[in-house]
Amino acid sequence: MKTPKTGFLASCLAFLRDPFRMFGVVSFVLLLLLTIAPAKDYFSQWHGYQRQYLRFISHRTDALTLQRHFHGGIQQIWIPQMSVVDRCQTCHVGLTETSLADVQQQPFRAHPRIPHKLTEFGCVICHRGQGAATTVGQAHHSEMAGEEPILPARYMESSCGQCHQGPLEGTPKLNQGRLMLARYGCVNCHSIVLPDGTKLQATDNPPPLTHIADKTTREWIYAWLKDPTSYSASATMPNFKLSDADASDISAFLIANSTPNPGDTMPMPAAAVHGPAPDPTAGASLYGESFCASCHATQNAAGNLVGGNLGPELTNVGTKVRPEWLTAWMRNPQHYDPSTLMPQYRWTDAQLKLITAFVQSKTNPDLLANVHLSPSTPAQIAHGKKLVIEYGCASCHQIRGIDKPDNFGPNLSRIGSKPVVQLVFLPGMERTLPAYLTQKISHPRSFGPSLHMPKYNFTPAQVEAVVTALLPLTDRSFELPLNLQRPAVQETHYEPTDKAGQLMTQLNCLSCHRINGRGGDMAPDLSWEGSSVQRPWLDAFLKNPNTLRPALIRRMPRFNLTDAERTILTDYILAVYQTPAFQRDELPLTGYSPDQVEKGRQLFYSKYACQSCHIVNPNQDKGYIGPTLTQVGSRLTAAWIYHYLKNPQALRPGTMEPNQHISDDDARSLTAFLMAQKSGASQAARK
Amino acid sequence: MKITPRNLDFHLRAARRTAAQLGILLAALSATLLSVGCMHRQSAAPALHAKATGSAIVIVSGDRQLGSPGSLLPQSLVLQVNDDQGNAVPGAVLQLAGPAGVTIRPAQALTDDNGQVTVRLTLGGISGLYPFTATSPDAHGKTVSLLIPEYAAGYQQQVGFQVNATYCSRCHDSNSTVEQVSNYDNLAVKPHAFTSGDIYNKLSHADLSNIIAHGGVAVNRSALMPAYGWTLSKPEIEAVISYIRLISDPPYRAPGLVYDKQ
Repeated sequence: MKTPKTGFLASCLAFLRDPFRMFGVVSFVLLLLLTIAPAKDYFSQWHGYQRQYLRFISHRTDALTLQRHFHGGIQQIWIPQMSVVDRCQTCHVGLTETSLADVQQQPFRAHPRIPHKLTEFGCVICHRGQGAATTVGQAHHSEMAGEEPILPARYMESSCGQCHQGPLEGTPKLNQGRLMLARYGCVNCHSIVLPDGTKLQATDNPPPLTHIADKTTREWIYAWLKDPTSYSASATMPNFKLSDADASDISAFLIANSTPNPGDTMPMPAAAVHGPAPDPTAGASLYGESFCASCHATQNAAGNLVGGNLGPELTNVGTKVRPEWLTAWMRNPQHYDPSTLMPQYRWTDAQLKLITAFVQSKTNPDLLANVHLSPSTPAQIAHGKKLVIEYGCASCHQIRGIDKPDNFGPNLSRIGSKPVVQLVFLPGMERTLPAYLTQKISHPRSFGPSLHMPKYNFTPAQVEAVVTALLPLTDRSFELPLNLQRPAVQETHYEPTDKAGQLMTQLNCLSCHRINGRGGDMAPDLSWEGSSVQRPWLDAFLKNPNTLRPALIRRMPRFNLTDAERTILTDYILAVYQTPAFQRDELPLTGYSPDQVEKGRQLFYSKYACQSCHIVNPNQDKGYIGPTLTQVGSRLTAAWIYHYLKNPQALRPGTMEPNQHISDDDARSLTAFLMAQKSGASQAARK
Repeated sequence: MKITPRNLDFHLRAARRTAAQLGILLAALSATLLSVGCMHRQSAAPALHAKATGSAIVIVSGDRQLGSPGSLLPQSLVLQVNDDQGNAVPGAVLQLAGPAGVTIRPAQALTDDNGQVTVRLTLGGISGLYPFTATSPDAHGKTVSLLIPEYAAGYQQQVGFQVNATYCSRCHDSNSTVEQVSNYDNLAVKPHAFTSGDIYNKLSHADLSNIIAHGGVAVNRSALMPAYGWTLSKPEIEAVISYIRLISDPPYRAPGLVYDKQ
């Protein structure tokens, strides 16, 4: 074998002994070496995509335009202040070509329309991945330390949340997830501090357990702890997967730890007790008239929840609460829970009897049928206390003798930047951060049976929303230049003052109404109510709130206010809740000429077609999306009508009423027409 | 053996015999391979045996949903197989197929006792119309099919949907619910549903933008359509149009847009 090889080498050397030949061969080798770089370039992945793109567009009728826009080679967006070096457009060639919007073939589809320019933000800020990489694998799928894989499309909205801390119109999933973080009390255990320094606040309002024995029984607590959804399908309390013994011990501790609070329970007033037995239909109609369903849901025969979610679900509440507690609660809920959202209804004794009997009748006997607890022992109570501390119950609930623990769960302020290498994955799991978070939220105990994180009763879509709200909590969101940060509008600490303030606190007006930047969104904002309404109407409305918008199902309940209380409220509202934009008596309430009223009528019905949404003449108009205007002349001030017509959104931000750019003249005539629609007078005027 | 004119006939016959044997062998081999292949496919997705056949597929709920790209649709798609008389058929095979990138769970199933199948659909990663096709074999050896559109809304279309829900749907959507009562029946001139592609597809982007911004009167249409140009911003109007284009049925094809020659 050796001889031929030696022979070959020898002949080669003999061949190269000639310097000319040697020079020729070396030149050839050098040339070959020099072609490596261009060849590598030519056969690179991105070059392949660019060639493919050119072939792809050559078939299209807009080929010439697209070819003119095409620039070969590496394309790069460089934004030094945000450390963005994105070469994505090298392969995603058609990103800015609007005519490629419908192309299904990636990577050539145009980027869908968003409110930002690609050149101002680059790609990785939203999509993650490695911007500087020029191969598909490195750019999209890297798991190495300091690198991150591309974000799946279903979490795309999360990226908006890095700058925008408040709700956005185009990100429903992110908005929902953020509301859930607050509503389900996630932030009671996991503290989340936003880049602007504010801490995310919980809105779930868990009840204090200091006097829980006044309210309910140990059996109910046991059943609830075992599975909150067995009592109420819409329970926000998660399932801690407690063993029978642990649930029994915790219930023993909570009852033993509870102190009686005089006034938390009260017997039914004597006058009511001796009356006839409460009529269930009358109770149901009082429940309806009081609009309890605006806040409380109940399950109907079909198994669907009907009603609001501001208060707890009441389907089985009779199985939970003690009758004496319910009576006291209905009379004054703030005595038991000062932070409750429930108003003090001021029911008469007879009404109190009706409503408590009706609510108490909503039971589910099966719930506690199989709960038989032996009397608690000191050892059980002590073990119960240990468990309550161990599971961090005091993170949400006020419990006597146990302080609220700080940072009970891990801080999640930067969870969105957690490197994949730091996460522990279960076998067979997709190795990405969103997949980890999804598993952690939907099956927390799958990472170990001794973990304390409870299981929430979330649908897959809800889990996706929560993950979408967690992913924007990144290091980058803290490092953003100040001009890019968009903090959320914070709720103010507004408190109404004086006697009226006390009344408004008792009635919990702010549970539904918003005033000066604080309060609920169920009912109209009252910040400028004083500029808007006339005194007699307001007084009559507080006495008996008749509905203004027939299309709404949530309405103002009737509180049995005394004349003096109504005067206090009316005085306060008219004097304090004034807009700075105009004077409430700027225009007269009466005395408009018939000509002007007639002109207004023409404008109302023909030019602006207000009858699409409003009713002035009930025999003829049908629109009921806006408030009924049959008696608007007795309700609103002329100045409010005029200025509202001129620019509705300025007085009621977000109102559905379109700004029709009405001229001063037209607005005055329309005001005259509307002010002619007075109670009592309207009927006569029509005839 | 050398071939001579004398033994040519013998050689030809031998060659024919060999060819025939080879042919049989090849046929047997391919048949085996084919059957193995089929069995392999069966093991991947076991074919369901229909206990009954229907003649029509109807949608019970869950069509025309709007989801975000890559997400599970909020509601399940419920389909029902009916017979000639319109009665539900339990035990019929129903198969579902969709465009690239979607997940269908389950992709095929037997209808339950109510003749229904419940399917969870996950949309693909890019925004646009996602047409799903449901098929079921009928009694005559053919298949009945039904097209089910679902929509993946990008950011702009999502904004459009929100604007639509706040300002437009009360009149343009005739579907009245307890939570959102429709004003449709109260209007003297009926507005068109945003899905009616035969109306909206004829209107250009500029036309639509004009109607929204300046109201019906400005373009010689019903005065009941108010002008929204001072209420909505330009991007919001664009967003509503992109939403209308997304859910249009038949699907919208913009004249300015250039499509593949194939």
